[in-house]
Amino acid sequence: MATMDRPLTQNIRTGRAFATLEDYRKTGGYEGLKKTLADLKPKDVQQWVKDAGLRGRGGAGFSTGLKWSLVPIDQAPAQPRYLVINADEMEPGTFKDRLLLEKDPHQLLEGIVIAAYAIQAQTAYIFLRAEYRLAAERLTRAMQEARAAHYIGAHILDSDFSLEIHLHTSAGRYICGEESALLNALEGKRATPRPKPPFAVVSGLWGRPTVVNNVETLCNVPHILRHGADWYKGLGRGADAGTKLFGASGRVKKPGLWELPMGTPIREILEDHADGMKDGYRLRGFLPGGASTDFLLPEHLDVPMEFDTVAKAGSRMGTGTIIVLDDKTCPVQMVLNLERFFAQESCGWCTPCRDGLPWTVTLLQDIVEGRGRPEDLDTLSRLTRMLGPGNTFCALAPGAMEPLQSALKYFREDFERYIFQNRTLKEAV
Amino acid sequence: MKAETNTRSLSAAEIDEINAELPHYEDKSAVSIEALKIVQKHRGWISDDSLVAIAEYLKISPAQLEGVATFYNLIYRRPVGKNVIHVCDSVSCWMLGSDRLSEKLCRHLNVKPGEMSQDGEYTVLPIVCLGACDRAPVAMVNGELRPDLTDNIVKELLGE
Repeated sequence: MATMDRPLTQNIRTGRAFATLEDYRKTGGYEGLKKTLADLKPKDVQQWVKDAGLRGRGGAGFSTGLKWSLVPIDQAPAQPRYLVINADEMEPGTFKDRLLLEKDPHQLLEGIVIAAYAIQAQTAYIFLRAEYRLAAERLTRAMQEARAAHYIGAHILDSDFSLEIHLHTSAGRYICGEESALLNALEGKRATPRPKPPFAVVSGLWGRPTVVNNVETLCNVPHILRHGADWYKGLGRGADAGTKLFGASGRVKKPGLWELPMGTPIREILEDHADGMKDGYRLRGFLPGGASTDFLLPEHLDVPMEFDTVAKAGSRMGTGTIIVLDDKTCPVQMVLNLERFFAQESCGWCTPCRDGLPWTVTLLQDIVEGRGRPEDLDTLSRLTRMLGPGNTFCALAPGAMEPLQSALKYFREDFERYIFQNRTLKEAV
Repeated sequence: MKAETNTRSLSAAEIDEINAELPHYEDKSAVSIEALKIVQKHRGWISDDSLVAIAEYLKISPAQLEGVATFYNLIYRRPVGKNVIHVCDSVSCWMLGSDRLSEKLCRHLNVKPGEMSQDGEYTVLPIVCLGACDRAPVAMVNGELRPDLTDNIVKELLGE
């Protein structure tokens, strides 16, 4: 039963462009939805997913079942509720949702319908980044197939439950991945984050109760409903339940994406699956879960990929897609590239982020171009605190500070070499 | 960019496409981003006239719509070439040489990033991570992903 070990990618096969409705049904597709609508109350579905231990795959790792249970579904008179699917995958180094969207769109749709039932939402929006054009085509086609088969629309599978799903394609901005900014974007506004509280589960899209879930998170849901919470928990190798898409990019022999149990050691991902470093390169460090996570070092290779353990090692599992730093890439220049991204994508709403990130970029630029001063390192350290958690309106700037603060800690000699030996950009390359 | 059409009002086709989006949302202004994308698809970019025409149709102020139009990376408020090439400049592509490739492409077309080539055929723009880091460096040509680029980028993207 190899496919039972990797439920998320069981329908992704070489020689098959993507799984059609027929392909998806052949491996038990939409059975979870049938069971849900026939046997379970919304609160039961919430409990199943809570018991399974599913944690959000967008990076934050919040309990999915718990999030659903915060939505008021019993109050009278009934008000509209919304489910929003965050398919705005824009974290640099992250490419996992693309695979799920392009290769098995029905898996996501089934997850959406079950989640919408659990929170009694009548409308769902898939918020898809504009650049995922192939995903948009395949989702549109899959939605037509699912509608014809009565999996979406009015009275799904002859039940009392009805759901409309709309595809909204974005116009490109990283901050749209932040839950409350995404809701502003869906309302046709600038995607600036909203103050919290109130949280979206109580007051979200147009002020209605709204759940925002990541693509990969929802793709897990049909399997939990089909096979049960205990089965799902058993898939993980450590504290966290289920499987996850892990990836690697940079100078490894085989960059790619693999569905592996939660708790898989980083070494296994980089050495067995990515097949180690390219010839002539050595591993210097890595960002374990996208651009906004702290660097880890080769000494951390045996850390298992699970939320709390990676946090204990000083970073975050984030999106689980590893960006590899090799020994011939300058970590200071790599951080400059990352900070340029964050400075450009800052929405400009709060001052620390709007002004602090360009300041960070200027200092790093000065350093790599040979104009760095010894006190710049102290200023950069101070910025990592001033732009850190609690000082900004949302998590963008604190995320931006993670690779910087860990680079200052682990690669300090690289910064110092630029400053004290007045090494120029040219010499460094 | 059809110069002959009246850019101060929306065409019937543009209105039809915008109207098709309206029932998906609780209010009209929510369609702002879709409307900008629809008009850009027909006209290549969003001129001041186009912006005012959309704002009037959605009954929101041009200033509000301008705030939206200038916020998103893929709404063009300046004319672009017939073919828009976005080269990823985020971390994984950068590590594998995307800045060098982008420079090479710009030099071949004799443009700076964001500039339109003299013949109006091309605009090269940087873009953030395209979510295909296992195929880095990557670019997007007229919305289509072009992975695994090499030093032959000119041939790979322009077929020249």
